[in-house]
Amino acid sequence: MGRKLLIHNDKVPGINTLEVYRAHGGYSSVEKALKTMTPDQVTDEVKKSGLRGRGGAGFPTGLKWSFLAKPEGVARYLVCNADESEPGTFKDRYLMEKIPHALIEGMITSSYALGAKRSYIYIRGEYFYVARIIEQAIAEAYAAGWLGENILGSGFSHDCCVQVGGGAYICGEETALLESLEGKRGNPRIKPPFPAVAGLYGCPTVVNNVETIAAVCPIINMGGEEYAKIGIGKSTGTKLISASGHINKPGVYEIELGLPVEEFIFSEEYCGGIRNGKKLKAVVAGGSSVPILPTELILKTAKGEPRLMTYESLGDGGFITGTMLGSGGFIVMDEDTSIVKNLFTFTRFYHHESCGQCSPCREGTGWMEKVLKKFLDGTAEESDVDLLWDIQSKIEGKTICPLGEAAAWPVAAAIRHFKHEFLEIAKKKKFDDVSHYNRLNKIHA
Amino acid sequence: MKVTIDGIEIDVPKGTTILQAARMIGPQVAPPAMCYYSKLKTSGGYCRTCIVKVTQGSTANPTPMPKPVASCRTEVMDGMVVQNYTSPEIIEARKGIVEFLLVNHPLDCPVCDQAGECKLQDLGYENGSANTRYEFKRREYEVIDIGDKIKLHMNRCILCYRCVKTAEQITNGRVHGVLHRGDASEISTYIEQAISNDFSGNVIDVCPVGALTDKTFRFKQRVWFTKPVEAHRHCTKCSGKARVWLKGEEVLRVTARKDQWDEVEEFICNDCRFENKRTSDWVIEGPTQVSRQSVISQNHYNHLNELKVEAMKHQKALGFMPLDKKP
Amino acid sequence: MGAQVHGTQEFNKSKRAGIKFSDDAMQTVQKIISNYPEGKQKSALLPVLHIAQAEFGGWLSAETMDYVAAVLNIKPIEVFEVASFYTMYNLKPVGKCVLEVCQTSSCWLNGAEDILKYIEKKLGIKVGETTKDGMFTLKTAECLGSCGTAPMLQCGASYHENLTYEKVDKILNDYKAEGKQKNYTDLDYKNTL
Repeated sequence: MGRKLLIHNDKVPGINTLEVYRAHGGYSSVEKALKTMTPDQVTDEVKKSGLRGRGGAGFPTGLKWSFLAKPEGVARYLVCNADESEPGTFKDRYLMEKIPHALIEGMITSSYALGAKRSYIYIRGEYFYVARIIEQAIAEAYAAGWLGENILGSGFSHDCCVQVGGGAYICGEETALLESLEGKRGNPRIKPPFPAVAGLYGCPTVVNNVETIAAVCPIINMGGEEYAKIGIGKSTGTKLISASGHINKPGVYEIELGLPVEEFIFSEEYCGGIRNGKKLKAVVAGGSSVPILPTELILKTAKGEPRLMTYESLGDGGFITGTMLGSGGFIVMDEDTSIVKNLFTFTRFYHHESCGQCSPCREGTGWMEKVLKKFLDGTAEESDVDLLWDIQSKIEGKTICPLGEAAAWPVAAAIRHFKHEFLEIAKKKKFDDVSHYNRLNKIHA
Repeated sequence: MKVTIDGIEIDVPKGTTILQAARMIGPQVAPPAMCYYSKLKTSGGYCRTCIVKVTQGSTANPTPMPKPVASCRTEVMDGMVVQNYTSPEIIEARKGIVEFLLVNHPLDCPVCDQAGECKLQDLGYENGSANTRYEFKRREYEVIDIGDKIKLHMNRCILCYRCVKTAEQITNGRVHGVLHRGDASEISTYIEQAISNDFSGNVIDVCPVGALTDKTFRFKQRVWFTKPVEAHRHCTKCSGKARVWLKGEEVLRVTARKDQWDEVEEFICNDCRFENKRTSDWVIEGPTQVSRQSVISQNHYNHLNELKVEAMKHQKALGFMPLDKKP
Repeated sequence: MGAQVHGTQEFNKSKRAGIKFSDDAMQTVQKIISNYPEGKQKSALLPVLHIAQAEFGGWLSAETMDYVAAVLNIKPIEVFEVASFYTMYNLKPVGKCVLEVCQTSSCWLNGAEDILKYIEKKLGIKVGETTKDGMFTLKTAECLGSCGTAPMLQCGASYHENLTYEKVDKILNDYKAEGKQKNYTDLDYKNTL
């Protein structure tokens, strides 16, 4: 049984209320930080913890914080990225819905470290009901003096509020999020400048994922060094994994980084193996944008070592034989799944979500979707596989923001590992969607 | 700050972008730009045609940049080394960008007023491939009027945002913008509002393609049959310095004067642009210097043959069969 | 398929006169504006558009957007640009209940296509259409973060998860019986988790 630091109390009745949350040790990181630590000491603990951004990029959080410009007399902001939209990812929703105060607590402690008097939680519009839960928690926190003026008599004052989005995946990109928070179209900004220098309203801003901010609480409570003892190497601490697809027990799991992938998929504690006694075919380990891997490569690295749930192990072999931990959106596919059709749903998604600012993504994502549709229609030629490969290569790395890569990588990986499926459809001129037959009856039999 | 672009070194002030530095060296290294416009703040970065490879970030930190960068929005660092035309990778990538810009473009050059002075034609000709691999239906929009002087062919738009930035920065009230998103994005106005500002006509000049055209000039004449001259008039709204496009003694259209990079030198007002269409309205200074490469330099009827060859090259570059195979 | 109709003309069709937020809604709007620094009231645009959509019939007409622009003291085009960018704002009239069926990967892996077909058959409409009685509009949606409880559909603020045909029947019947307009801002969240 791995240690849990974030959602260990998720089943406690009433844990969404401040009273119960507090009774279970909630807000102790705020107490500890505000009463016994300087802001820089809080940042140092986060640095020592080795915490890496849980939204997908895995950038060291303490380092990100240390980049924050601190010019005299200019407001600084902390913005929480709760625009969780990467297909396969639903961990932030779970955390916010079940234990909203874990996020609020993290916001206060983190804002203290950053010297931010005001923070915003930008939550995707579709999670409206979750935004209500967070708003309720914020109101409780204000009433109890955890937010507002002179918190715990420390002299530190802080205001936090929720902003809902309008429905756009791209707002998960931090500069698009800031644009959206300013009431504009979610067009990613051209960098530099980075938000740490010129973010919200042109002021220095840190944007962190929900889980990242929530993880600050246990880090302050237990100390950065203690936290860093969990995990392997540079993958420290625990991580929320959103498990979905053809597994017996889909859901959100908190794992200690370093757990073997095989154990995660097949043990009863986690996914509980593949549904309906089917065999495992492929896994998308970190949200739709990371490369899909076939069974042999997701369970073991190309070197034959067991693949572990860490940033490094999943990345082992680069994109040729490896993938990424990403956001922890773990999508499992059984032997009947058509990789081509799954890819189509991903590509349709990125086409739908492209903001349209820069030409490779605006035009390329739609083009790829149309070519993939040819495969589903059984009208594709073998040469269309090469065309797809070429289009993705011309999007990758040429765009303003990482959506270009996010759209290109799944296409590249599907062709890299499952080219035969594409070719087979092109040869047969027919697409048999075996992955689709009467699935509902299978599930609910 | 020293920067080396395609092997040529130049000293530039701090804050100069790679593209500006390349333009200082000259056209032989300057990347093409479809959306960047030096006269418009925060322009550039969208089309990605000006991408270059930074093989050395700076003297202090020589690490190469991992991805190609938009030269128009990347500032030079001291000791930076940049590859543009010397990088096969960039040439290939740019070919891809041109293809992307053209997948939803109607390639209707034969009926487009911009033909001959279209930056997308030039770009396609110089950096694109001769064929299109796009086999699907292209986006289609209805042609609409934006006021009584400007026509919008959204089909041709490459979403460079120049007209939006012009409206924002040159006029005193923007009423048009980019609506929707992704490949459904479109330039449009808010509820039938005409762009009726004194300086609104400038959106025509900044448009790199035939998306925004001058209704007073529409279908009147191919640009290469007209003769541009530099002229001025007394104007209370703008400098009155313009470029007047003549055919014989007739003023067919008035535009702003453009520099070597096809950018407006000084924005002009709508009075000058639309309301002064007699030769007597203008003091003619002399013929416009037009590059020999430009199809517009063929503005004499006896050069028709040369013109055809040029036009066919454009057509070929854009991937459709010339109407007339014999030059 | 004909040429796409331009925004301008599209919006022209939607005429609504003399609109005004209810006192309650206006209070919420003012509260939201106060969340942002002085002069940054444009930040409130997205949440205010949600309120406007709920207040004025489930969609944003040109007049509604004009009104929002006036309330926030910004240009109408700024509202128009934003409203057309995000998927949750309806720029055309919709049924009382907008059913948004997620179709991305995990939902597809769990039978979202079957659910969609089932609803189409049951309501006698295709994706993008509204039933004749104005009760339901059917849409597809991209990943709504419900992958572990797939397949799912969203209607207003409610997530309906782990869908089966029987569950769909019940949802449709309940909504029909209720006969009320469903908005994202509704508080009566009924989680089916």
